[in-house]
Amino acid sequence: MTALVLAEHDNAELKPATLNAVTAASQLGGDVHVLVAGSGAQAVADAAARIAGVSVVLLADDASYGNRLAENIAPLIVSLAGDYDAIVAPTTTSGKNILPRVAAQLDVAQISDVMKVESADTFVRPIYAGNALATVQSTDSKKVMTVRGTGFPAAAATGGSAEIRTIAAAANPGNSRFVGAELAKSDRPELTAAKIIVSGGRGMGSSGAFSIIESLADKLGAAVGASRAAVDAGFISNDHQVGQTGKIVAPQLYIAVGISGAIQHLAGMKDSKVIVAINKDEEAPIFQIADYGLVADLFQAVPELEKAL
Amino acid sequence: MKILVPVKRVIDYNVKARVKADKTGVDLANVKMSMNPFDEIAVEEAIRKKEAGQAEEIIAVSIGPAQAQETLRTALAMGADRAILIQTDDIVEPLAVAKLLKAVVDAEQPKLVILGKQAIDDDSNQTGQMLAALLGWPQGTFASIVKVVGDGIEVTREVDGGLETVALTLPAIVTTDLRLNEPRYASLPNIMKAKKKQLDVKTAADYGVDISPRLKTLKVEEPAKRAGGIKVKTIEELVDKLKNEAGVI
Ligand SMILES: Cc1cc2nc3c(=O)[nH]c(=O)nc-3n(C[C@H](O)[C@H](O)[C@H](O)COP(=O)(O)OP(=O)(O)OC[C@H]3O[C@@H](n4cnc5c(N)ncnc54)[C@H](O)[C@@H]3O)c2cc1C
Ligand SMILES: Nc1ncnc2c1ncn2[C@@H]1O[C@H](COP(=O)(O)O)[C@@H](O)[C@H]1O
Repeated sequence: MTALVLAEHDNAELKPATLNAVTAASQLGGDVHVLVAGSGAQAVADAAARIAGVSVVLLADDASYGNRLAENIAPLIVSLAGDYDAIVAPTTTSGKNILPRVAAQLDVAQISDVMKVESADTFVRPIYAGNALATVQSTDSKKVMTVRGTGFPAAAATGGSAEIRTIAAAANPGNSRFVGAELAKSDRPELTAAKIIVSGGRGMGSSGAFSIIESLADKLGAAVGASRAAVDAGFISNDHQVGQTGKIVAPQLYIAVGISGAIQHLAGMKDSKVIVAINKDEEAPIFQIADYGLVADLFQAVPELEKAL
Repeated sequence: MKILVPVKRVIDYNVKARVKADKTGVDLANVKMSMNPFDEIAVEEAIRKKEAGQAEEIIAVSIGPAQAQETLRTALAMGADRAILIQTDDIVEPLAVAKLLKAVVDAEQPKLVILGKQAIDDDSNQTGQMLAALLGWPQGTFASIVKVVGDGIEVTREVDGGLETVALTLPAIVTTDLRLNEPRYASLPNIMKAKKKQLDVKTAADYGVDISPRLKTLKVEEPAKRAGGIKVKTIEELVDKLKNEAGVI
């Protein structure tokens, strides 16, 4: 039994989501290899080789992998799949984009967003916005799965010394081209890796008002999250959306401000260790899952909280 | 160009799913069902492309029970031209849906297929990418902008770090994200007109596709409930609890 984990990276840095995926892959009960497909990504391969529990790193370094286009990377993984019993990727937008393409080409059902590995062929995954958990057994000989970061502890980033094998690029179909990206730059921790998250909702009322969330977050060393309504209204960019169809987070502390608590939002944060809700409506559903609820006007409470810390 | 829009009938997004007592699945009896919200966005985008003179015909397709005809009628009322139901009472997994859609694509030859990024019942987020793989087409997933540029399309995608734009040759696959557009409501006259639009009913066997599932659902359970919390009266009390009771700051 050997599993291949698709590394999450940006050619320069290995992203922490890879570490959780390595843990999930190791729970399948065999060797774990990591694939780094990128351009100028030697440093990423070096970092992957240091992950505890990884025995081999495959490095496919080619210009066509520089932006991780699914059209180019899927054929590479398919060409390697013969040597593997399982292909694993973190549930990131990149993993979600690439892996189903691999599964279909292998004629295998993908198991999406695995939260728990019961055995090498049986997995727990959320359905209906996490209101139900399905235990599914795969009858395919190869397993192709994305894994939820919050379901698995991160493997140690150091301590390993895997062999790095350089592999050739696969033929690229030439039907897609990267045009550009507008990536958010921030000194705050990444949402999915943060210990504390302060999230704002529609109740913030404007993008200007979001600055009180940011200011509180900075005081706490926290990441900033948002509800869909806040993103739709243009208060903050899409990469902050927490929820069923956004990011799944489980920090030590999640502070929901001006967020009502729709099931789609809860789906993304209800596994947080401690939840605080600040909302002026005492009937807001968010209070049903909050450990500490404060019924208050956020424009008073948030600055006051920042001061009290 | 012709645009194909696959639409799925799912539990309405306002309804909280309840697990059946025997743990075999989720109780859908007497539950409000609707078109998957991401598919409404897909239908809307196709209509806008037609209104902009970039598409001639929009075909809505659904795979599901007889009642999925209602979902297709909704798509027709919004502005799709005709519809195809591949009728089955079985659970059809994304891989099998993709195979059926490939067969429809082979027959209809659309230039663009716009799907939702995710069905809010199975939360798979697979079908569009799988269809792209089976057809060997490029894919613009999680789209927030779709522009026809020359003889291809440019798709701006919502990704974990922000936004990214890719250029794709046609034919291509697009899957929708929430910010792509705001779907219209069907007007009453259009709902009446939709009743007369063509809706063909087929079976998986008509397309020669094997839809047997690859995953066995062993059980479906409710997640652990969070223990109820408390209301605090003041910020001082909140800070005290976070420091001394929860120990998280
Ligand atoms: C297909 C689909 C996918 C979705 N995916 C997601 C997702 O991933 N993530 C997500 O979050 N949502 C998602 N949603 C949307 C979800 O259903 C809700 O609409 C959304 O979460 C509501 O956001 P909100 O709580 O900020 O806004 P609202 O529900 O409008 O709540 C605003 C809250 O702010 C409070 N408030 C207002 N002013 C103040 C004040 N001055 N002080 C204190 N409190 C105040 C109000 O009392 C209210 O409770 C999705 C919906 C669909 C259909
Ligand atoms: N049974 C179905 N009938 C029609 N379209 C479907 C069906 N299942 C999935 N789709 C399409 O595929 C998208 C993604 O679904 P999924 O991969 O199941 O999350 C949906 O938004 C639909 O556009």
